[in-house]
Amino acid sequence: MAFPPLSVQQLSMRYQHNPVLTDVSFEIPCGQTVAILGPNGAGKSTLLKGMMGLVPLMSGRVRFFGDPLAKRQLSIAYVPQREESDWDFPINVMDVVLMGRHGRLRFWQRPTAEDRALATEALAEVKMLAFQDRQISELSGGQQQRVFLARALAQRASLYLMDEPFAGVDMTTERAMTDLFARLKAQDKTIVCVHHDLNTVEAYFDWVILINSRLVDAGPTSKVLTEDNLKKTYGGRLSLLNQMTEKMYRSNIDKVHDDA
Amino acid sequence: MIMGDFWILATASLVGVSTALVGVLLILRRMSLLGDAISHSVLLGIVLAYLISGSRSVIAMMIGATLIGLMTAWLSNSLHRLGKLQTDASIGIIFTWFFAMGVILISVYAGQVDLDQDCVLYGEITMVPFDMVIMGEKMLGPRALWLIGGVTLLNLLVVVVAFERFRLVSYHPLLALTLGVNVTFWHYLLMTLVSLTTVASFEAVGAILVVALLVIPASSAYLWARSLKQMMWAAVGYAQSAVLLGYALAAWLDLAIAAAIATLTGLQLLLTIAVMQWRQWWRRRVSFRDRDAYTR
Repeated sequence: MAFPPLSVQQLSMRYQHNPVLTDVSFEIPCGQTVAILGPNGAGKSTLLKGMMGLVPLMSGRVRFFGDPLAKRQLSIAYVPQREESDWDFPINVMDVVLMGRHGRLRFWQRPTAEDRALATEALAEVKMLAFQDRQISELSGGQQQRVFLARALAQRASLYLMDEPFAGVDMTTERAMTDLFARLKAQDKTIVCVHHDLNTVEAYFDWVILINSRLVDAGPTSKVLTEDNLKKTYGGRLSLLNQMTEKMYRSNIDKVHDDA
Repeated sequence: MIMGDFWILATASLVGVSTALVGVLLILRRMSLLGDAISHSVLLGIVLAYLISGSRSVIAMMIGATLIGLMTAWLSNSLHRLGKLQTDASIGIIFTWFFAMGVILISVYAGQVDLDQDCVLYGEITMVPFDMVIMGEKMLGPRALWLIGGVTLLNLLVVVVAFERFRLVSYHPLLALTLGVNVTFWHYLLMTLVSLTTVASFEAVGAILVVALLVIPASSAYLWARSLKQMMWAAVGYAQSAVLLGYALAAWLDLAIAAAIATLTGLQLLLTIAVMQWRQWWRRRVSFRDRDAYTR
């Protein structure tokens, strides 16, 4: 039996004595796009950081393809939030993307021609090749996000963990990313995103993990993204939720009309 | 006295190279305050090394200073995490405390320790040519020059060999961690280089002015450099010109040499900011003119 790309068992985390996540367990299937959803402060980014070993766990077990992180380090590409990066650092786009190759280089080695070819290919994938000599400080938010995606692609990983990749990006970038997701899925790669926009969940993601300090539900989008579950997750205080309810109500009306 | 001038200039120039190199990495990791802290607390390491080894052995001094330097970095980080104090507050607490202990030890053991407080604080670069390394009949140059020469070589070697790693870790430590890079190791390696550099610069520029050379040339370079390599060259360039001009100014007006050099690094920074502002203004004017021409 093949191991799932990611399985989390009874994971708990805290931030300075306050519990952030309690007893979270889930498994995700291979070759799917997965959204981690939840209100602000629900612990979505913390969960991602905890799984990547960037923030210590209080308890619990995380397995990638059946192994602990250390054994699979380079098979997992992490895309940090845009705000967590230093965009004034004196470096150009190409050198950032080449960092995706660093895990395979010893500390004294320079990137080889092959590494450069992979980085070039990754930049072309996100339509940023024309910007390869540009300073990162001269990029728009969407372009910065695509550079980070290219960095992850250059790593040649099997599982991608992305923290809010759709936050504050333009339409071109959003389109480039969804196209890329489709191509990655075709290669049986798995993508996990912390996501905030409930309106696009159904269109972009096959699988959903709902979190609010605890796991609310996890499973295929069509099954899990129900009004009841969303209420449990967001506590009915989000205006987006109302939009969502309305949308579902309308689609039900359409269905009734269609049936009739 | 020509030879004396040469030794002083060579020492100051090497101090400039080695401080600029580690200074760039400190600035990019937003740790210039930690550089400031280490440059002060190494005093305690030096004094303890004197007292324990009972000699002016360079090796004992280097070991003592490096240990205390690393302790400063580690303790201030621990104080920040355990005591829930802000980073800058914890750094400020640790290094002033270490520095104060160093000053107390010097005053208590003034008879036995061949150091005086003024020299430690402000440096005594004019004394450099009077402390020569002598082997048999031959004079091999000033002790301070050999010391800083060795440290400069070490800094160059480490920075050139591990250039890619330092860039990755400075740019995005979290990303480096996810790629399996040992970020803690590179952090403490940098702290070791900072400790060695400040100790070796001690006699030349003193504990206070070495901070100017660590932080200011690297900051001037940061304002316009487009790559890490360019930033390092630029910082070294700023430091070298400040050393030369500062020395000339000091000789001409009979000023304290180290202070003149440090003052010049500050002027360089102001000048760089002015040029950048002017360029920005000029570009905007040109682009407005182009647009006007276009709409007409």
